[in-house]
Amino acid sequence: MEALLNDFSPGLFIVQTILLLALIGLMVKFAWKPILNSLNERESGIEDALAAAENARKEMQNLQADNAKLVKEARAERDAMMKEARDIRDKMIAEAKEDAKEVTTKLIENAQASIVQEKQAALAEIKKNVAELSIGIAESVIKKELSNKKDQLKLVEGILKDVTLN
Amino acid sequence: MYNLIGAGLVVIGAGIGLGQIGGKAMEGIARQPEATGKIQTAMIIVAALLEGLAFGALILGKG
Amino acid sequence: MKIAQKTIKFLLIAAITLFTSVGFASGSDKKHDNQNDGGRVNTKEEVEAYIKHHVKDSHDFSLYSYTGDDGKRHHVGFPLPVILWTSEGLVTFMSSEFHHNDDGHVIVEKKGLKFAKIHSKIYELDKGAATVSFDDTHHATNAHKVLDFSITKSVVGMLLVGLLLFFWFSRLAKQYKTKKIPTGFSRVLEPLVLYVRDEIAKPNIGAKHYRRFTGYLLTVFFFIWALNLLGMMPFGFNVTGQIAVTAALAIFTLVIYSVSGTKGYWMHMVWMPGVPVLIRPVLAIIELAGAMLIKPFSLLVRLFANITAGHIVVMSLIAIMFTLKQSIGVAGATFLSVVLSFLIILIEVLVAFLQAYIFTMLSALFIGMAVEDHDEHH
Repeated sequence: MEALLNDFSPGLFIVQTILLLALIGLMVKFAWKPILNSLNERESGIEDALAAAENARKEMQNLQADNAKLVKEARAERDAMMKEARDIRDKMIAEAKEDAKEVTTKLIENAQASIVQEKQAALAEIKKNVAELSIGIAESVIKKELSNKKDQLKLVEGILKDVTLN
Repeated sequence: MYNLIGAGLVVIGAGIGLGQIGGKAMEGIARQPEATGKIQTAMIIVAALLEGLAFGALILGKG
Repeated sequence: MKIAQKTIKFLLIAAITLFTSVGFASGSDKKHDNQNDGGRVNTKEEVEAYIKHHVKDSHDFSLYSYTGDDGKRHHVGFPLPVILWTSEGLVTFMSSEFHHNDDGHVIVEKKGLKFAKIHSKIYELDKGAATVSFDDTHHATNAHKVLDFSITKSVVGMLLVGLLLFFWFSRLAKQYKTKKIPTGFSRVLEPLVLYVRDEIAKPNIGAKHYRRFTGYLLTVFFFIWALNLLGMMPFGFNVTGQIAVTAALAIFTLVIYSVSGTKGYWMHMVWMPGVPVLIRPVLAIIELAGAMLIKPFSLLVRLFANITAGHIVVMSLIAIMFTLKQSIGVAGATFLSVVLSFLIILIEVLVAFLQAYIFTMLSALFIGMAVEDHDEHH
């Protein structure tokens, strides 16, 4: 300890203190401040650049997402349009079918009606013919039968019976 | 004479201490190689403190 | 970094060669008086005296010395100014007036005062004394030390390193004005600055406060590192091995962390909360002693002791060349000495960095402890 204290030179201590103070002052002013500022600037520049790159990437992603969305929307629209078209087509077909059906039923009905009419007309004619025929037959029968009185009565009786029953 | 013995004792003690510090740090690094930097820093600080103690003792003892 | 290391290695090898060829150059066995200022060195005692002299600060800048044909020592180098604050005020003269004498036999008279240099310290003789007289333990009895502001070898080293650092880093600072990435030697310096900022200042002080102290830490780191390395180069500077220098550095750190200490830091030191009131004064004494004495003391002693020990070991290993000459022959002793000192010097290169790192790191740690925000979470 004594040797150590003997070695200690107060003069050197003071000189060193002054020199170190001067050195720290000079270095801080002319070296460390500009160096550290530049380093910080550079680092923040790098950070900003990285952040910008990240942003650009995100934007890109967003754009891509937008694109995808647009494509999807377009596709949906197309689908909708096609569906609508199909619906219209179906509807038209259905309507056409309906109309056709209506027309045919009308036609059929008309046909049936005319058939019925024709039938009735035919029946009426047939009836008329049959009546004429029967009258003719009856005339000839009557002409032949009226020679016999008894038979005449019988006939009348029979016809009357039929008439009332009819 | 006694100073020299004392100095020797100090050096022995410091040696044991430094050995412990170094050895344990090695073990730590072997166990967790990813913490090497932190362990080394802590090791150097502790070793430096021990060293300061040992030097202090040596200088005070040397008279 | 690699190139720098290579350069350092080269310089170290040059240093070894220089030391070996200059410092101990002597072939004669002639006895001479114990003038341990770079005279002949052959015996163990002379080696010890030589080493002791060379780890100390010196008032001249000697490059080498040799013994001429006439048997006199010749010193080659240049003198440095001696500046003293004496009882008669400021006294200045050149160190050459001591004629490289280091044991108080040469007296220099200025302003009616007599000065003598004993073991690298300048003494002012008491009134009426003509020569220095010594007691049994070789202490001067009729002289006292004066305040010595001389431009000693250490001061020269510090000025040199200061100028070098200023030149290097102001150039680096200038380069940033024109380009983003520095070129040339500045490219080596940039990662070192970043290392100190990111590995020492930021983790130990904390991201909030570190900016204020980075300038000091950077200066101290490069100052100590450069001086440590300078100590390993030729001319044998031992600046960081001067206790006054390390003391000044440690006191800087002490002042910085005491001044910037927060209220919480001081509260925890002098009146520890959450501890029984009776124990608080005891704790305060321990804490204050720790912060005001032990921390700076350990800082200054560590640096001083490591660097001085390094110098002593390297010089002792080089001295093997002479002390073992008799027992294992000239070639064997030289080989052993060169190999051992080379290996130790490699370690010393590491120590040079490590001590700068530890000093800065502990400074940052102490500052960090002082400025951290004390939340009341005890």
